[in-house]
Parts: sequence; C-alpha cells; structure tokens
Amino acid sequence: MNIVIVVKLVPDLVEELTIDTSGIALDTAWLRLIINEFDDHAIEQGILLKERGGGSVTVVAPDIEGVDDVLFTAAAKGADRLIKIKGDFAGVNNHALARAFTVVVKELQPDLVLTGVQANNDLDGSVGPLLAGCLEMPYIGYISGVSLGEGKSRVHKEYPGGLIAEMDVTLPAVLGIQAAEQPPRYVAVSKVRQMMKTSTIEERTASGLDMAGGPTVSRMFQTEAGQRATMLTGSPDEVATKLVGIFKELGVL
Amino acid sequence: MMTYNVIKSILVLLALLVAGGIFLWRVYQLLWANLRLGQRSGPFKQWGERIKGVVVYVAGQFRLFRVLIPGTGHFFIFWGFLILSLTILQAIIEGLVSFANPHFLLPLIGSFGLLALLQDLFAVLVIVAVIYALVVRLIVNPKRYLGSHKSQGVMVLMFIFTIMLSLLVMNGVRINLGQDPLHVWRPISTAVGRIFSGAAAGTQEVIKEIAYWTHLGVVLTFLTELPEGKHFHVVTSVPAVLLRNLEPHGRLPAATDLNGQVGVSTVEQFRWRQMLDFYTCTECGRCQDVCPAYASGLPLSPKLLMMELRDNLKERGAALRAHASNSTTQATQARTLVGDVISESVLWACTTCFACDQECPLFIEHISPIVDMRRFLVIEGRVGTELQDALANLGRYGNSFGQSERMRARWTQPIQPPIKDARREPVEYLWFVGDYASYSPTLTDVTVKTAEVFRKAGLDFGILYDAERNAGNDVRRVGEEGLFEMLVEKNSMALSKCKYQTIVTTDPHTYNTLKNEYPANGDERRPVLHYAELLDQLITTGKLKFSKKLGYKVTYHDPCYLGRYNGVYDAPRRVIEATGCELIEMPRHKDDSFCCGAGGGRIWMAEGEIQERPSESRIREAVKLGKATIFVVACPKDVSMFRDAVKTTGNESRLEVKDLIELVHAAL
Amino acid sequence: MNQDIYVVIEHLRGQVTEISFVMLAGARELAKGLGGNVVAVLLGHNAQGLTGNPSAGSGQYLAADKVLSLDHPALADFTSDAYQKVLAALIAKDQPRAVLFGSTSIGTDLASTLSIKLGLPMVSSCRSFSADGKFVSQLCGGKIMAEGDLPGPTALITMVPGGYKAEQGQSTQSPTVTQVEVPTLETLRVTLAGYIEPESGDVDIAKEPLLVSVGRGIQNKDNIVLAEELAQALGGTVSGSRPVIDQGWLATSRLVGKSGKSVKPKVYLALGISGAPEHVEGITNSDTIIAINTDPAAPIFGVAKYGSEIDLFDLIEVLTGKVKQSKGG
Repeated sequence: MNIVIVVKLVPDLVEELTIDTSGIALDTAWLRLIINEFDDHAIEQGILLKERGGGSVTVVAPDIEGVDDVLFTAAAKGADRLIKIKGDFAGVNNHALARAFTVVVKELQPDLVLTGVQANNDLDGSVGPLLAGCLEMPYIGYISGVSLGEGKSRVHKEYPGGLIAEMDVTLPAVLGIQAAEQPPRYVAVSKVRQMMKTSTIEERTASGLDMAGGPTVSRMFQTEAGQRATMLTGSPDEVATKLVGIFKELGVL
Repeated sequence: MMTYNVIKSILVLLALLVAGGIFLWRVYQLLWANLRLGQRSGPFKQWGERIKGVVVYVAGQFRLFRVLIPGTGHFFIFWGFLILSLTILQAIIEGLVSFANPHFLLPLIGSFGLLALLQDLFAVLVIVAVIYALVVRLIVNPKRYLGSHKSQGVMVLMFIFTIMLSLLVMNGVRINLGQDPLHVWRPISTAVGRIFSGAAAGTQEVIKEIAYWTHLGVVLTFLTELPEGKHFHVVTSVPAVLLRNLEPHGRLPAATDLNGQVGVSTVEQFRWRQMLDFYTCTECGRCQDVCPAYASGLPLSPKLLMMELRDNLKERGAALRAHASNSTTQATQARTLVGDVISESVLWACTTCFACDQECPLFIEHISPIVDMRRFLVIEGRVGTELQDALANLGRYGNSFGQSERMRARWTQPIQPPIKDARREPVEYLWFVGDYASYSPTLTDVTVKTAEVFRKAGLDFGILYDAERNAGNDVRRVGEEGLFEMLVEKNSMALSKCKYQTIVTTDPHTYNTLKNEYPANGDERRPVLHYAELLDQLITTGKLKFSKKLGYKVTYHDPCYLGRYNGVYDAPRRVIEATGCELIEMPRHKDDSFCCGAGGGRIWMAEGEIQERPSESRIREAVKLGKATIFVVACPKDVSMFRDAVKTTGNESRLEVKDLIELVHAAL
Repeated sequence: MNQDIYVVIEHLRGQVTEISFVMLAGARELAKGLGGNVVAVLLGHNAQGLTGNPSAGSGQYLAADKVLSLDHPALADFTSDAYQKVLAALIAKDQPRAVLFGSTSIGTDLASTLSIKLGLPMVSSCRSFSADGKFVSQLCGGKIMAEGDLPGPTALITMVPGGYKAEQGQSTQSPTVTQVEVPTLETLRVTLAGYIEPESGDVDIAKEPLLVSVGRGIQNKDNIVLAEELAQALGGTVSGSRPVIDQGWLATSRLVGKSGKSVKPKVYLALGISGAPEHVEGITNSDTIIAINTDPAAPIFGVAKYGSEIDLFDLIEVLTGKVKQSKGG
C-alpha cells in the first residue's frame, strides 16, 4: 500500500496575528508557522495504516521555514520518504499549492493520499479536495476512520451530532482527515534529531505556482470584538456573588 | 579405627567445601556472571573520600541511626558479627585440625583475653538486638515491612540467635570442663555454663559437640543462604558504599549509549553499578516510609522497585545463559521489564524528591533506574496525553504553558524603570526567572515583588527576557533527554552572549540544573544562587535592611531541590529570622522535608488514583503545629501546590501560604 | 449574463440542515445587489418534501425564488462522487453568478473539486456579503477577516454560519419546483454503506436548559468533577468543546459545536473555552452565554453576554459553594 501524505504549515494561533502594511495579508514578522493540526492527524493515520497493513508512507511538504523539522518528525514516527517542494510559497494560495503537489504525487503513483480536512488559513478551499480535482481522484472529507481493502477503502465520515456515515471509495483516492484513529503520537526529541542525521529529504522544484482559482483579497483585518461581554471583576468571592445574582435574574436560581 | 576427632575433621572439611562451594558459586552467579551483563560504570575516583565513607557508613553504621532504636540494634548485630566472626574462624580451624589437636586455639586471637570479653558481651548484645528485631517483625510489624520477605528475615534472625546461643553453650561447657584458659574473660559464657554444671563430664562433652555442630552447621547454612535475597547485603555493602556516587546529588547520570537506544528496557541495559544496588537492598523499607508517592497511595515503593529489579536480574541472567530453546527462557522474555514487571504507573509516580536515596543506609540510588526506564518510555512514545502536551509545548515554546516566548516577560510591564535586559547590557546578577514565575497568572505578583526587593537592595540585575527557556530540570527527570539537551543548548547560547558575575534563580528546580548539570559558561563556572542564598548574603552584609519586624509565627517548607539536593537549609531560615518572624519547625523539616508532589514532572501529569495528596498531608502537618499562621515556601510551584491544598483541606482561615520573598517585601 | 445565485441545499436523513437556510439568506443579500434570483438546488431522491413542510409545525419553506430538483436514486443520500458529477453538469450548463455550498462535511467535499474541474474560482469560509457585494470570510480561528470582490464568471463559495440567521432564509411561501434531468450516473467511485448512530448518551445536551461547558482550560480529566459539581448544584449538565472530547475526558454525546451538537440552553456557562468558530457554531442559539477565560482576547467574549478573566480554578468551587448556599443546601 503506497500512501502519500501532503502537509502544509500554517500560522500558529498562539501568537498574536496582525496585518502587514499592504492591508491584505498577515504580518510575517512574528508569525510562527507550524504543521497544520489536521495534517498532523493525517500523518498519524497514515502511519497507523502502515503499521496495520504494511506499505510505505511518503510525506510531501512545501519548502517553507520549519518544514525540515516537520518532515524529520514524520520520519521519526515511521514515514519512509520525505519530499520537500522548493519554490516561493510566500502568500501562495491552496490552488497553487495543490497544483504543485499534483506533479509530485503523480510521480509517486500512490494508492491513497491523505491530508488534513482543512487548515486555519484556507481562503480558497482546502488542499485535499483541490488536489483530488487535479488528480481526478475521488475525495471524501471529515474522515475519522480508515480501513483498506483490495482496490478500495472503507471510511468513517463525520457529520454533526456524532453521526457517522460509512462509505466505500475506490482507490486511488484522496481523503481529508478530521481526526486520526488515535491522537498523534509523541516523538522524543532525540529520535527526531537522530532522523536528522540518518534520513534525507528529497527535493523537487515547483515549476511556477499558478494561483488561478483563488479570490483576490482587497482588505484583511482583525475581527472586531463585536458586542463585548459585560466583564465581571473582583476576587473569586466577588465574581461568584455577581454570578449568583445573574443566575437569579435569569431565573435559573 | 577412626576416632571421633578424625571423623570430625573430615566432616568439617566436607561441610566447609560444600557450603563454601555453594556460597562461592552463588556469589559468582550473582556478582560476576550477572553483573558482567551490565553496562560500563565508573571511572571511580576520590578513593580517600570513598574509604572514609566505608569507615563512617559501614563501620560507623551512620545512616542507620536515622531510625534510632532499630538502627542501634543493627549496630550491635553488625559489630557483633564482625567481632564474633573470629569465633567462627576458630570453630572452623579447630574442627579441621581436630584430628591432630582437639583443643586447638588460634595463635594470638586465641589468647587475647580482652577479645574474649568483647565476644562474650557482644554475644549478649546481639541476642538482645535479635530478640528486639523479632518483636518488631512479628508483633509490631511496622508499615515499612509491607512487601518485604518477612519469613526470610525471621529465619535469619533465628539463625543468628542460634549461632550466639550455641556459642555461649559451647563456651560455657568448655569452661566447666576446664578446657578454656581465658575463662576469666568470659563471664557470660561461664554463667551459661553453670546451667549444665550438674551434668557428668561425658555428658558435657557431648553437649559441647552438639553445641559445636549446631554452631558450625547454622553458620554454614547461613553462608549458603546469604547470597539469596536481602542478606546478600552482607557481601555487597562494602563495595556498594565504597563505589557510591560522589557526584552532586542534583546531577543525573547521562544516558548510557546502547547502540542508539536511549533508556533502559531490559535489565542488562543497566550499568553494573546499578545492578549492585539491586542486590544491596536489605528490604528495610526506610525509603518506602519517606516516599511521598507511596504515602499518597500511588503504586510506587522504592523498596519494592529494588526487589523487583533484583529478581528480574536473577531471572534474566539465568534465562540469557540458558539455551533459547528452553521454554522458560521464552516466558521470561515475554514479560518485559518495563511494562510487565515494573508497570508504567509505578515509573511515572516518582516525584524525584530524593528522600529515598538520602534515607538508604547503603546509598542505593532509586531515582537513577527510574529515570533510565522513563527515558525508554519517552522514546517509545508511551507518555500520557497531559505529559505529551506539556513536552510538546516545551519543545515548541520553551515553556509548559503553551504560551508564546514573547509573553515570557509580560509580567515586567508594570515595572518602571524597566528591568535591565541582560542580553544587551552587562549586569552583575543575571536573574533566571523560570517558567512558573513568568507565566503563571497567579504567581506573577510574587515575581514583581522579587524585582522590587532586588531594586531596594540596590542590586545590578537583569533578565534574559524572551531568550529564556525552561531550564530543563524536570524535562530531564521525566526522561526526555533530547529535549533537555535542546533546552540546555538554547539557554547556554543565550547565557554565553551575556556579561554577568552570578546567576540568581527564583525556582529551586532551575537552580539545581543550572548549578549541577549545565556546562560551564566558557572557561569559568560562575556561581549560581537561589534567591534565598542571595537574600541571606545581602542581609548579612547589610545591603538589605528591614524597617519593621513582622512578628508572624511561621513555618517553613524546605523545597526538595533546594534542601535535600543542594543542602541549602540555613540561608532561608536566617532570612526568616531577619524579617522578625518566629519559625516553628514542622516535624518533617530540613532533610526530612516532605515533597509537595509536583516534582519529577508530576505537575504536568494527571494525578492518578491518589488517596491523599502529598501537599494536603503537608498542610495538615503544618496546621497541627497550632501556632503557625503562615506557611513559608521558597519555590513558585510550592506556592501553587500549597495554596490549592490549603483550599482543598478547608484551612483557609488557619494558614496562609507565602513565598519567602513576600515576607522580605513586607518587612522592607 | 446569468446573475442568479445558486444555493446547494444540504440535507441529512430527511432533514434540511440549518446552514442551508443561512445560505439562502446570504444568497438573497447577494442577489439583491446583482438583480438575480435565488435558486435552491436540491439533489435527492423523492425529496420534494424537503422544500418545506407546511404541516411540520414551523411551516417554513426554502426562501428561494425557485427550486431546481434533481432526482435520482443515487442521490438519496449524500456521496461526493455522485453529487459532484451532477452539480458539475448543472453549473457548466446554467453558469450562475455564484454557487453557495455549506462549509460542512457535505459542501466542502464538493466545492473545491468543482473549482478545479470546471476551472471556476472559489472562496471559502465566507460569513457574509457586504452591501456592495463583497465576500467577507473568516480565517485563523475567527481572529482574522478577509474581504474581496466576488470573483467571476461563476464564484463557488462555501459558507460558515454566523452572518445570517436561519429565519432569514425561511419563507411562508412554497417556492416553484422545476425538475432537472440528471446525467447518467454509473461507475460511481463513492458509495454509502450505512450510517452509524451516535452513542446515545445518558443525556441529550441539545435539550438541556443549563450547560456548564468546559474547554481546554480544564486542563485534565481529574478536574472535570469540579464542573460536574457545579452543574449538579445548578441543576444542569456538563458539556465540552472538541479538545476535551478528543482527549476522552468527556463522552462524544457531550460535544458542543460543529461536529457535535447545537445547543439552545437558557444559560451556557463556558469555562476555559476560547470560542473558536467551530465551537461557537453550536452555541449561538443559547439565551445567555457566560464565559470564564483568563485570556482577555478570547473570541468567546465576542458572543458572551457576561464574562470574567478570572482563573476558572479560583472561581469554580467558590461558585459551587455559593450556589448551594443560595439554594439552602
């Protein structure tokens, strides 16, 4: 089973996000880029599938700051091949990224492509279904369980309220992972460092990044707090007393 | 025809050969064959110090007196054993040469009257000590013996009793028969002899021989039993104390390089010196008695851990030597050391407080194998989700709170003029603030007070601002050696760019690792102080003066990493005294201090099935003092842990938790 | 040029989902400025009843100028391959000004792939449309908004809730339904094997009048009991956000938010919840939201009526005590 996982790096929401002077993009000065949480789940799911049924796992990522650590960590978890795509990815949208991935994925001829169902900086759709469109493979998103059979896969697709649809999809296919079957495993720093010495990251070059299909942003701004809540201050005792008062007003006490 | 004496010689020889052979074979298996499987240890230096240790701790039985009466008892049993070993030697030689001379006496020793008196006295002392020990084991049965092999202990005590008694009988009867030239020096033996003085001479000879054979027989049986179980410490105690770890307590040994594997998963991956510890455990349970994890109801007992490791070493050694086709070999390998024999919850329960290592009379290191096995669990990713989150945050952000590095110095915002940036200008004191003091919203006012106190004292100090990372003490103790190395690299890099004379820390954990585990900065190792030490210095030199005497009645909790690990007990006490407070000590104070339960990374883990939190037990201890209204601590994690414990035990009206700096601040 | 706004109606197990109405409201806003119609696109099988059921009590119809019904057995339940093929043919033929999809498990399976397949531009996470017809989308956990002109010739847009109320997309008039021929659907690569019902928990939080909800701020499983005690004192139930359920600290039946339940309690007490859009989606129908979070910039304060920056651990037991006291317990 040849599994390919495509990942991207997104802004870390722990940091404060500001808009740069152009007014249409995020200020990158203090921006930390980390692996898209859902792509991390995709890696975990891919490794689980390999552990269960054998095969190989290849992880592909664009060459931006922090990508080496992401790839070596994937190797430490059990990924067999690491590929980074060189190119100027600053400000590049998902359509361009998907097209860049398409070239590499076609070369790898996978049975299954996994990626996170969404990312926090998606503005023109998500990489998964875009990639599926480019590769002309079927796509199912919001996946929380995958099992593989001959030429097809049975997946669990999540709907609201905890409802799950069991679907079958012919392979090769692209799946958008919502949650891996177990939380992403911990990898010791020494293991990652060991991978840095023993594994190699293959490189490919993106021949031009075609952003066609994405919108043009005319203004980007921080969300207004909107109608702010009435803030209660004071010691725990005082706040608790105020809350009891509110509960009484609302009729719950 | 063979006379009795000839037979006696032959039998003694045979018995000696058999017992001696079994003894030596067992010692060989355990010490040589098994230990050879272990990893390298040493080099061992500072022999003067080491030999002194044998004198103080083995001959002097120094640590045993920490539990006074049983310790005294053991002192007598030990010295009795040494002094009376010469009587055993006498008995053996006497037996071997009896075909030629049935009344052979050893040269010199055999005619040394004072020695004979000493032997007589010690025989009684040993009997008294043994009876006391039997009473303790059989009637009192204290908790520290839970899990120990009680029947083995009782059997050996009975052996010793029998050996002593048979010696006195033998001596006594010999005196009756006029065969003892030193009889005036043996009053006790003489008294025992009187019991048989009514018997005929022939009968007394028989009694004498029976006593002799009993004496020799039990000694030789004991000899063969010695290597099995806890009494092996008789053999290993001297090498254990001689080769004890002389590094600072707060310096964990590095991970052994096991062909790329980090951490221990099978017993032969331990260093042979650690294996020696497993054999040396006497199952006394003193470590168990002081362990906060055990007290809280968690499955960890340092004593049981040692016993399990010892048993596993024997099993594994035998299995590895047997042929692989042997079915028992398969079974042993199916039971993994980490997971089956020693469960993960046992390993994660340890707070690394050092109470066990300190208490052990034979310097057994319990924390070191625990950390080695934790290192393996971490590499395997067998880490609970809460700990995983904390480690991921420490790796990504350099703090366990998951907050950006840029927020580290947010607590300094209200301070005017701003605190010096040690990265940009030279300072005398580089203040390494620490995670909890920087990021925890409930603790930052204490940090601000610390800055104010430093200012008032006219200190030239600065901080690393965003360049500071978690110092890594607990990261290391959790077993994440790689992450520890990474944090050390980052912090060392930041420090190397600064110009400073001394490092001062808020947190004892930070203090411990910076002082004991970080590489020297450049050519010189600059002093690292905990703020209590610094305050003490400032007060003594008059740089810090107080305008009022607070007059509170307080009690002080010695933090594990400041007290037990680094010996700083008096400086904080002098500071408390200087603020005009009256210090009332808790029963468990100074090196007996009872851990708050947060160390060893436990503050990052789920609590588990706990019956009584260590912090709550400690607060109750303080409340019992009656008069103390303030609980003084010198560690930010302690502030957090104990404030919670005061709430959860409902003692808010009786006790207030304050950091030492708050007292100093109030008294300025 | 066709200025119509098409809305791909989402339905699950015979129920039209709320996002469909939100999209219709957004489509109306957009259509007004462009002078086009709002066209509801309903893929299904024998699904006429979904246009609105007059006897179902609410009497709410899809507020569309017309409904295009594409009926085929393979469309009875959503599967990405069949729906995609049908929509591709429809959009290529009709070339509307915009097509709205839900930013959901259904809509996101379709929009992006159609964007590539048909070579049409797309915008995702759109929350609303401005008066001058610009899209307004949310990013980065709801912290950042992006605005821009509606791309052409046909913009494919996925919508998130929050910009419009479902009522705005409902009408009392039954719209006209036109049957549209469905292309042949064979060799479908995705098929539905069945549904797995959610574990029926002990409680249905969607029916509870008071919820004490915990987020990451609760820190670990051991602390959940504090929330349970408060909930019990108040006569309510404990619920949680995704991180808490993912860690296994609460059962899936207690999940509030996009992948969980939408709740409508009288009082929703959010403890240590940041208020990411996926969670907020599930609580907008609450009467009063009270949020406790030490981060003053937490988005939850934007939807809460009352809030406090106090540490939830300092507050919770004190509050439980006072609640018990006031009840005389």
